[in-house]
Formats: sequence, C-alpha cells, structure tokens
Amino acid sequence: MSLPDYLPILFLIILSTVFALASMLAASKLTPKRVTEAKSQPYESGIVPETGLDDRERFPVKFYLVAMLFIIFDIETVFLYPWAVAYGDLALFGLYEMLVFVGILLVAYAYVWKRGGLEWAE
Amino acid sequence: MTTGPTVEPVDASEVARRAQHEAEESFGESEPRLDTEEMILNVGPQHPATHGVFRLLATIDGEKLIHAEPIIGYMHRGYEKLVEQRDYRQITNLVSRMDWLSGINNELPLALALEKLMEIEVPPRATYLRVAMAEMNRILNHLMFFASFGAELGAITPTFYAFREREDIQLALEMATGGRMHFGFFRPGGLKEDVPAGFFDQALKGVRQVIERLNQYEDLLIGNEIFKQRTIDVGVLEKEVAYSYGVSGPIARGSDIDFDVRKDDPYLSYEDFDFEVCSAPNGDCFDRFWVLVHEVAESAKIVEQAIEGMPSGPIMGKVPRVVQAPKGEVYVRTENPLGELGMYLISDGDRTPYRLKIRTPSYSNVSALSHVLKDTYVSDMIAILGSFFFVLGDIDR
Amino acid sequence: MNAIVDFLGGDIVVTAIVKTVVAFAALLLTTLIVVWAERKVIADMQARIGPNRWGPYGILQTLADGIKLFFKEDFRPRTADKWTFALAPVLAMVPSLLAFAIVPIGDHITIGDRRIDLIVADLNIGILYFLAMGSIGVYGVVLAGWASGSKYPLLGGIRASAQMISYEIALGLSLVPVVLAAGSLSTVDIVAAQAGSVSNVSFFNGVPVLEQIAELFSFVPNWYIWSQWPAFFIFLIAGIAETNRAPFDLPEAETELIAGFHTEYSGIRFALFFLGEYVHVVIISAMAVTLFFGGWGGPKPDFLPWIWPIGWFVFKTGLFVYLFVWLRATMPRLRYDRLMWLGWKRLIPASLVWIMVTAVVNTEGVSRNARLVVFGILFVIVLFWLGKGDPRLTGAVTPQRRRVHGPS
Repeated sequence: MSLPDYLPILFLIILSTVFALASMLAASKLTPKRVTEAKSQPYESGIVPETGLDDRERFPVKFYLVAMLFIIFDIETVFLYPWAVAYGDLALFGLYEMLVFVGILLVAYAYVWKRGGLEWAE
Repeated sequence: MTTGPTVEPVDASEVARRAQHEAEESFGESEPRLDTEEMILNVGPQHPATHGVFRLLATIDGEKLIHAEPIIGYMHRGYEKLVEQRDYRQITNLVSRMDWLSGINNELPLALALEKLMEIEVPPRATYLRVAMAEMNRILNHLMFFASFGAELGAITPTFYAFREREDIQLALEMATGGRMHFGFFRPGGLKEDVPAGFFDQALKGVRQVIERLNQYEDLLIGNEIFKQRTIDVGVLEKEVAYSYGVSGPIARGSDIDFDVRKDDPYLSYEDFDFEVCSAPNGDCFDRFWVLVHEVAESAKIVEQAIEGMPSGPIMGKVPRVVQAPKGEVYVRTENPLGELGMYLISDGDRTPYRLKIRTPSYSNVSALSHVLKDTYVSDMIAILGSFFFVLGDIDR
Repeated sequence: MNAIVDFLGGDIVVTAIVKTVVAFAALLLTTLIVVWAERKVIADMQARIGPNRWGPYGILQTLADGIKLFFKEDFRPRTADKWTFALAPVLAMVPSLLAFAIVPIGDHITIGDRRIDLIVADLNIGILYFLAMGSIGVYGVVLAGWASGSKYPLLGGIRASAQMISYEIALGLSLVPVVLAAGSLSTVDIVAAQAGSVSNVSFFNGVPVLEQIAELFSFVPNWYIWSQWPAFFIFLIAGIAETNRAPFDLPEAETELIAGFHTEYSGIRFALFFLGEYVHVVIISAMAVTLFFGGWGGPKPDFLPWIWPIGWFVFKTGLFVYLFVWLRATMPRLRYDRLMWLGWKRLIPASLVWIMVTAVVNTEGVSRNARLVVFGILFVIVLFWLGKGDPRLTGAVTPQRRRVHGPS
C-alpha cells in the first residue's frame, strides 16, 4: 500500500473533470445564445419576483442545531473506523474501550434528544 | 375544540407593514445582523402542484409557511357576463367549460333551472340517464383527483392506474355524447339524443372495473405509511371553519359536515337510489382523501342501479322550438363532484338570461385555504393543495 | 511497445491509465443503460410503454436525450453567482464517478504475464474514501441551489444539506460493523472475507441433528447479509437518501420545489447533474453488493473463468438498481422533518446499538455468525421498539362515518 495506489484515482479525477469541463466548453461553443430579459429571470412560478435573492438575504436554517450535532457524530464515526479495523488485535481491551466511548455518546445523545435538540427548531 | 377556532381575516398589508417595521428597526444597528428574513415565495401560477394557474403568495420562514394568500383570477373568462349575451342552447356548452373535469355535472343545474322555470316535465328515462351519466362523470372527476393527489405526494404510479380506469368510463361517455371533456349532452327537457346500443354494457364494464380495482389502489396509496405520515393531522379544517367559509363537497364531508345535496335536497331521482354519504371526523388531508376515494364506490353503486332500473320511453319532454324562459327567477343546486353547485337564474322573458349567478364549489372551498395553510410546512402545503380538490376553471369561471 | 510503456512511466502508470479509461467509459455506458432501463421498467409498472423510438426497445433514447441536452441553450438567471453556478454540476458529478474507483467488479485477469485486478484502485481506506466522495457530492447540490439566486433552488439546496446531515452518519455507522467483521477497510478484503460458505459456522458442530441440517446449507455463500442484515438495511435506507432518490427525493421534489436545486439548470449542466445522480445510484447498488452480497462472488464454471465474476457482479448490481426503480414507483415522498426524524431518532441509535452488538459478538469464543443470529433476534426487539412509528399515527383509525337515509 503506497502512493502508486492512488494513481488511478488521480487519473480518474483528471479524466472526469476534463470530461465535464470539456463538454461544458464544447456546449457553450455549439449551443445558441439568445439571452433575453425574460429568460434571465429567476424562475418563480411565472411571477417576476419582487423580492429576489440579489442581495443574498439571510435565509433561516432551522436545523442548525442538528447540523452542529452532525459534526460531533461524524467525528465519532471517524473514530470508530480505526478501532474497527484494529479490533482483531485489541480484543477485549478494545471492546471495553469502545463500550465506554459509545456509552458516553449514547448518554449525550439521549440527553440531546430529551432536551429537544433533535427537534425541528421553531 | 370548545371555544371554536378564530378565523383571522387575511390582511396582507398588515404583514407587509410588520416586515417593513422590522427592517427599519434592524437598519440602524451597527452589530452584525443575526436575524433572518421571511421570504415571499410565489407558488404558482406556473407550479406543478397547483394544477392550473392558481397562485399562492406565501410568506415563508425557512420551510414554514407563516402566511399564505390564495390569489385567483388568472383564468377568468367572464362566463357569468358572457351568458347574458348567449341563448340557452349556447349556455349549455359554456357552463360545461367551467369545471372541465365534470362537464355533465355543470350542465345539469342549468337544465334543471330551465325546466323548473319553464315547467317542463322530464321523462323518466332521461332522468335515469342523467343520474347515470352524472355519476359516471363524478367517478371520472374523483379518479382524476385520486391521481393528482398521489402524484403531488411523490407517488407517481397511482396516477397512471387511475387514468387507465378512467378510460373505460370515458369511452362509454364518448359513445353517447361524442365528447370526452365537454359533453354538451343535457338539454332543457331531456337529453340531446338517446344513448347508442352498447352504452350500458360499456358503462357497467367501466364502473365494475373501477370498484374491483379501487381496493388495490387504496392499499397502494392509503395503506402506505409515508402517505399516512404526510396526510394524517395535516391541514386540519375544523368543522366550524368549514361552515363559515361555505365549504362543501368531499372537503366539507372530510371535516365531519355530513351534507350532500343528493341526500338532503334530492333532485333528479336520487331518492330512488340506495347509496351512502361518506363523511369523516377529523378534517385533515387524509380524511378528505378518504371521503373522495370512498365516494367513487358509492357513485358506482348508483350507476349500476340506474342502468339496471333504466326505464324505456322518450328522452325528451315537451319543449318549445325556441327555448325562452318566462319572466321569473329560480335557484337550483346540485351536488357537483367538488361540492355544491348552485345556479341562480333570473329571466326577463328573453331568449338569454338576464343574469345567471353561479355558485361554484371550488371558489368557496379554496377560500378556506389561507386558514388551513397557516403554520404548515412547504411539503404540507402541497398535500393541502392536493386535498383541496379544486379546478381552476371552476374558481375563476 | 515496451518503449511506450517506459516512456509513460512504466507498468503501473500504463495499467492505471487503461483501468481509468475503461472504468470511465464503462460507467458512462452503464449510466446510459440504467436510465433507459429505469424508464422502461417504471413504464411497465405504470401500465405504459416507455421509450420505444430510438434503437431496439428504445435503448438509444438516453443517448438521444443526451445529444439533445448537449445542443440546448444553456442559460442562467441574472441573479446567479456566475462561477459557482457553472461549476456546481462538475462538483456534483465528479465525486460520484470517483467513488466507483474502489468497487471491485471482478476477480483478476492475466494478460501476458501481467496480473490485473479488476478494480480501479484497491485503497486500504476504501470505505472511508467511498464515504468521503458521497459527502463531497452533496456540495455540488447545495452550491447549485445557493448559486442559482432563485428561491426554489435555494430551498432545494437547504433540503439537500439537511438530508446529508441526517443520513451521512447513519451511512457511516452502518458500515462500521462490516469493517469490524472483515477487519479491513479495503473493499477487496471485504469481498474476500465473504468467500466460502455459511456451513463454516462452527456453532452447531457436535450437536447431532443440527449439524446435519447446517451441512445442508453448505451451498449458501457466507455473505454479510446473513450476519449483518441490520447494517444492510440501515445502509440501504441511508444510501437511497444520499442519492436523493424517491422516497427521499426532497431536494428535487418536482411537485413541491418545481425541480429543486436544478430548477435553473438547462442544457449540458443539467445533463451533468442527471449523470451524477444515476452514477450515484449505480455506486450505491454496487457498494451494497460488495459489502453485503459477496461482491463478484458466485459459481464459477470452467468456461471463461474470468467473465463469471463480472457477470455475477453486474447481475447483483442490476437487482439493486431495479430496487431503486421499484421504490420510486411505489413510494410517496417523505416530509422534510419526518426524514430527519427517521435519520436521527431511528437509524443512528439503531446503528450504534448494532455496532456494540457486533463488537461483543466478535470477541473470542463461540463463532461469529452463530452468535450474530442470537443477537440479531435481540436486535429485532430493539428494532421493533425503534420502528414503532410515529406516536401521532398509532391512534389514528380509518374514518368511517356513513349515512344511508334521507336528509339529516
């Protein structure tokens, strides 16, 4: 396992990016370009929007609390992977350690649930 | 609910003023703003879920609807004024275009009103045929809304099945009238002509097929857990509110208002038929849809009974060559597939009506929308719009 | 020949280039067929005919659509953020193509004296790589929604991010038990661990009758679906959610948000989103096969021994693609908050509990599979509690109120 393993990935990145960009570039040369005022309106069910998003107004994201919890749990997931790979070597010690780790997380999870952290923020 | 829900009047200017006020308040502050803004979102007139050019001006906060105001009129064709310029033969075809899903049921009250005013006796065969065709038309309409409601919730398959079932009934009606949407078949005094041979067989085939297969479709859609999640307790229209807005039809019956013109103020010969009025207690989307689906079976029962007991005889009463209503006024109401359809006909003795006021079900029904849509989610809005079975032509006329 | 090989940097580089190009072409071809197959299958389910104009059974329909999209005017609203808008489709498509790199599509073939594994890159962190590519793909969707400068796409983009934070964890956690059982993050190792048959289970050894019964099942392959089925179902649900497919197609819910995040996209950029979505469907199907259904494993007759694994792999993947289509034909769309409820309050605790169960089972002593069955039953009880549905729905009964006679 060494760096050459990643060579195909590098090629795949290059190939697919070039494919996407080239097709977009080619299309931009080949397709008609007839820009009209009506065509460049943002679509809002046929109504010319009075309040647009021109100034990028702030949009409420009601699940921001859940999104913050996501970070925590996602990191936990990442912690679990090396442990899972090495589980065969860690044996009983690994089991106890993981039980403590996941146990603490479950307690925190239950706490968040009870406090309504997973609910839809009103 | 003991005190009864409060129906707040729609006041867009108040909302706008409040938004303005808030904007001014936050303007002078030097701190970085953390507040978010409410967004005005136009749902419609060109939106897949509004089946037509219905517009909903929604104020949303995230995915939550704070306020929604239905805006209608994108399809106004001035029929009520137009009929004052047209004679009665032509009007039959005009009113059939109001609610394009149930043309026959639109022609019916006009024919009834003229018959009442001109005191025409309608032969029993014509009456029975009218009942059968009106109920077939009701099945067509209900199947259409069955289809669209599923599609709006993201289940596309029931749509195609409903259209397949519609086809046999459509064929029967096409055999008789030559039309598929606008039939123009009812005349004051009876029908345009007698039905052709094979009509009854085709109609029975279509209707029986619908009854047979509808149970499967119910399992497919109503039995689905996600469907229940999307509809139960969503968009509750309370009984009192439904009354105050004049809601009728399956929507009212879904809100526990056990009212059906066919039973409570029978016209044609509906008292001869054995059928049930379905109503549901909760007033949510699920109940409205449940009522709609179960009405199909009742209509099918009526069609079967009408065809089995079909009398023979003429299909046209004694009608003068020129239809000319005598001076007077009459109000007739019938049970349109979407609710109570009333026609108030004033005649000054001319060949054209002096005034024809049409009370369409969809118009009254959608007026309750802004109450129901308050404090729901965008997804719920779609379910609610779908369960407020309305036809744009019926709203705007 | 050797001169060219050396010029390009030797064997490794040439193999990598060939593999990349073949995989890329195969994936594009697969996508064309999958799109056509979906339309054909779903048409059949809906009593329709489906595409039938281009080529036999309309098989060239997707190609025709692609060409049409390619030559269509590609315009953007004036409110759009120019560069983000232009590049979001690339960001949505490329990661899903990249994820294919770690899917083993067959055993190995030998050309001359060269042994070539039928996998683009056997990474020792394969599973992590797969998860990473899935997460990056969401950026394309979110940015497309934001950059359009239009309200419906914005709502779609925000829905996509909500969906991602709800299902990414469940997806990640559902694979931990598999990694634990296989002891490796490499997909090749995971497939190898599923070789052999379930009769290797030593649980019933020595028990008179049961031993013979267990012997009868020796033909059943030792796939992880038997021992890791809870993980499989969690993976499947989260995977479908990650592909934004029905019933989790909220970011592009056509009846709610017009077309969601790609409302403002047209022409080739829309085609790229489309391509990305279908490639993602293929990837999730392929990963389900690789991780739970033995990958390319299957009976291997002597005739053309190298082609059978590929055939098995394609067949199994096809079944999962069919499942995707089937779900789309059957299910209504979930609601936004219900989706998060399912992800956070059901799938995450379920996968956490299952990790602990797998860990306990995998310690020394009685054989793994046998004990997993026992713990599986325990887990069913947990699942039963978790799957108890929404309390709002339990009290709901079918409305039944009917009136038969006369005016009320």
